[in-house]
Amino acid sequence: MRKAAIAVLMASALAAVGCGSDTGSRTPGDADGRGPITFATLKDGTGTVPELVQRWNADHPDEKVTIVELPEGADGQRQKLVQQAQTKSDVYDVITIDIPWNAEFAARRWITELPREQFAVDGFFDAPLRGSEYRGKLYSIPHFTGSAMLYYREDLLDRAGVEPPSTWTELRAACAKVLALPAAEGMSCYAGQHDKYEGLTVNFLEAVGSAGGEVIDEQGNPHLDTPEAKAGLEFLVDGFRDGMIPAEAITYKEEEGRRAFQQGDLVFHRNWAYIYALANADDGSSEVAGKFGVTVIPGADGPGVSSLGGNNLAVSAFSTKQATARDFIAYLTSLDTQLEHAKGSAYPMTRTEVYTDPGLREQYPYLPVLKDGIEQARPRPSIVRYGDASTAIQESVYAALKGERTVDAALAEMQRALSEIAEGS
Amino acid sequence: MLLTERTTPTRGPDRARRGRADRPGRKAALLLSPTFLVLALVVGYPLLAALRESLFRGGDELDESGFIVTGERFVGLDNYTAVFGEASARFWNAFANTTLFTVTTVAAEVVIGTAMAVVMHRAMRGRGLVRASILVPWAIPTAVAGLLWRWIFQADGVANSLLGTELLWTADGWPAKLAVIIADTWKTAPFVGLLVLAGLQLIPQDVHEAARLDGAGAWQQFWRVTLPLVKPALLVAVLFRLLDALRMFDLPFVLVGAQKGAVETLSMLAWDEANQVRYGPAAAYAVLLFLYVAVVAFVFVRLLGADLLGDRRARRAGARA
Repeated sequence: MRKAAIAVLMASALAAVGCGSDTGSRTPGDADGRGPITFATLKDGTGTVPELVQRWNADHPDEKVTIVELPEGADGQRQKLVQQAQTKSDVYDVITIDIPWNAEFAARRWITELPREQFAVDGFFDAPLRGSEYRGKLYSIPHFTGSAMLYYREDLLDRAGVEPPSTWTELRAACAKVLALPAAEGMSCYAGQHDKYEGLTVNFLEAVGSAGGEVIDEQGNPHLDTPEAKAGLEFLVDGFRDGMIPAEAITYKEEEGRRAFQQGDLVFHRNWAYIYALANADDGSSEVAGKFGVTVIPGADGPGVSSLGGNNLAVSAFSTKQATARDFIAYLTSLDTQLEHAKGSAYPMTRTEVYTDPGLREQYPYLPVLKDGIEQARPRPSIVRYGDASTAIQESVYAALKGERTVDAALAEMQRALSEIAEGS
Repeated sequence: MLLTERTTPTRGPDRARRGRADRPGRKAALLLSPTFLVLALVVGYPLLAALRESLFRGGDELDESGFIVTGERFVGLDNYTAVFGEASARFWNAFANTTLFTVTTVAAEVVIGTAMAVVMHRAMRGRGLVRASILVPWAIPTAVAGLLWRWIFQADGVANSLLGTELLWTADGWPAKLAVIIADTWKTAPFVGLLVLAGLQLIPQDVHEAARLDGAGAWQQFWRVTLPLVKPALLVAVLFRLLDALRMFDLPFVLVGAQKGAVETLSMLAWDEANQVRYGPAAAYAVLLFLYVAVVAFVFVRLLGADLLGDRRARRAGARA
C-alpha cells in the first residue's frame, strides 16, 4: 500500500515534469520583422563597438540594439550559440561566429541566407568573403579578419646583415647567422602555435598552403597524399627535430608564443596582428618594443599562404526581427563604420579600402603587410563537420610533432580520417 | 540515496505491524512526497532524459541542397556499440584516466587531508590563521586554480625552475597526468581535512587522556585511538571525493586542454561530443559515466558503509547509556 502510494506519487511527479519540458520559448523566426534587437558579440576591450552601437541607436530609436557579451574563448562562444540554436530561442538576433563555423551553422539552418546587394560585398577582401559562403550562397558578413604575420627581430637581423626572409630556406639561413651573434645567445629561431588546439590546425593548413598544397579543397576532399602536404608537415616536424623550433613551443598557443617573443626568446614568430601593439608597448612589459618588424609569412618557394582568422556577423534564423538585424550588420560592416572602428581598435577590418587610408597606415604601420597577407590568405575549409576535421588534423599533426608518428603515417591517417568526414557530410 | 535508505529505521518491525501501520504509512508517503517530487525533478528527469537521448541520433545527414536533415532517429543501442567499437580506444583511455585520477588523488588527499586536520585540531597560537590558510585552496574556483597551475607548470614556469627540470607539463604526456594529480590534490585535500577536523572535534578529550595514562605514545594514540574514532567522518569524506573525482572535468580542461589523450576523462569525452552537436553519443558517454559512478558508490557503501553506520549507531547507543 505504502509502496503503491509512493509509486503513484513518483509517477505523477515525473509526468508533471515531462509535460513541463515541452513548453520552451520556440519561435519560428520572421524574415521581415523589425524592432529592437540584441547583438551577441565578443567583449570589446577598447569600447569602440559600444560607441558604434550608440550611434546606430541614436538614428534608429525604434530599432535599438542591445549588446550581449558572449563568453571569451571560442569554445565558450560556440557552446552559447549552439545552446541558443538548440532551444530555438530568439534572445540573440545578430550573432558573432568564428569564420570556420559558417558552413555548419548554415547547414543546420541556424543562420539565414543574406542578400549580397545589401552589403556592398565588392569592397570586402576575397578570402573572408569566400569563407562566408556555403554552397555558393552568402550566410554571414566578415566583421574582422586577419592573416598571420611573421614577426622578426629587426635589430638582430640588421646586426647580422640579413634581410627578412620570404622562404623557409631563407628563414633557416637568417637564423644561422643571427643565432651566431653573441647577443642572440639562448634564443631560438622560430615558433608559431603548436599546442593541440585550433591553432595547430591553422599552422598546419598554413604550412601546407605555403608549400603550394591544399589540405581540403573547395569540394571538401582532402589532399594529404601530395608532395606539398608532405613538405608542409616536414617543415614543422623537422623544425622541432633539429631545434629550429624550441621544444617548449609544443605548449604554445597565441599568448605563450607572444610572451616568448616579448621576452626576447625568439628571432621569428608567427602570430596575428593583435600582438603588435602589445609587443611594442613601452611600459616595460615587452623587451622587444621598437626592435621588431613584420613581414608576410614565408613559404617553400616564396611568400606563404596564411590561414584566415576572423569573426563574422550572421542573422539568427530564430530572430523575429531579421530585417532590422540585416540593416544593423550592413551598418556595422559599411566602409564608413569600419574606418571609424579602425581608429578606435586594432582589430583588422574586412574592407580593402581601410588598408589604404593614410591616417590608419600611420596609426598601424603593419597595415600594408597585413593587406598582402590577407590577399594571399585562404579561409579554413568550408565543410559542415569542420570541428571533426580540425580534431583529426590536430591528432595526427601533434603526434608527428612529438615524434610519435612518422610524417608519412600521420599524413596517411589524416587522409583516411578526413575522407571519412568528407563522405559523411 | 543509498545512505538514506539504510538509515530508514525499523523496516522489519513495521512490516510486522502492517494492519496498524497502513495509516501512518500513507501519512509518511504524503509527508515525503515533496522530497520525492524534488528528487524526481532534479535526479529522475535528467537521468531519464539522458537515457532516452542516448538511444537517438540526429543531425549527421545532409540533404541534397546541403542542409542537415533535422530531427532525430531512434538507433537503439548503436551509440553504445559505437563507444565499445570504433571509439573504444578513446573510451578506454578516458576510462583509465578517470580511474587513475580518482585512485591517486583520493589516496593522496586522504593522507594529506588527515595530516592537515590533525594540525588544524591542535590547540596552538595562530590556530585560526592556520585553519583559514589551509582552507584557501578549497575556496578557489576550480577553473581559476587550473589557470594558476597552468602558469606554474608552463615551460618557463615556477615548477620547472624549482625542480631544475625542463618538463613540458602541459603537453600531452605523463607530466600532464602528474600535473593534474598535483593540482587536484592541492585543491581538494583541504576538503578532506575539513571533514576529518569535524570528526576530530567530536572525539572527547578524556579518551586521549586515558590512552596517555595507559602509556600510549603519540603515534600509538593516533593509530589506535584517533584514527578509528575519526573513521566514520573520513569515510564520508572519501565517498564524496570519489564521486567528485570520477566526474573530474574542469581542472584537466583548463590546466592541460581539451582532446589531450593523457588527461582526457569521461566527462571531457561527453563534453566534446556535445560540443560537436552529437547529443546521442554524448548522452551515451554520460550514462556510462553515471553507471560507473553508481557502481563505485554502491560498492563503497556496501563494503564500508555498513561498518560506518554501525559504528555511529553503536556510538550513539553508547552515549545514551
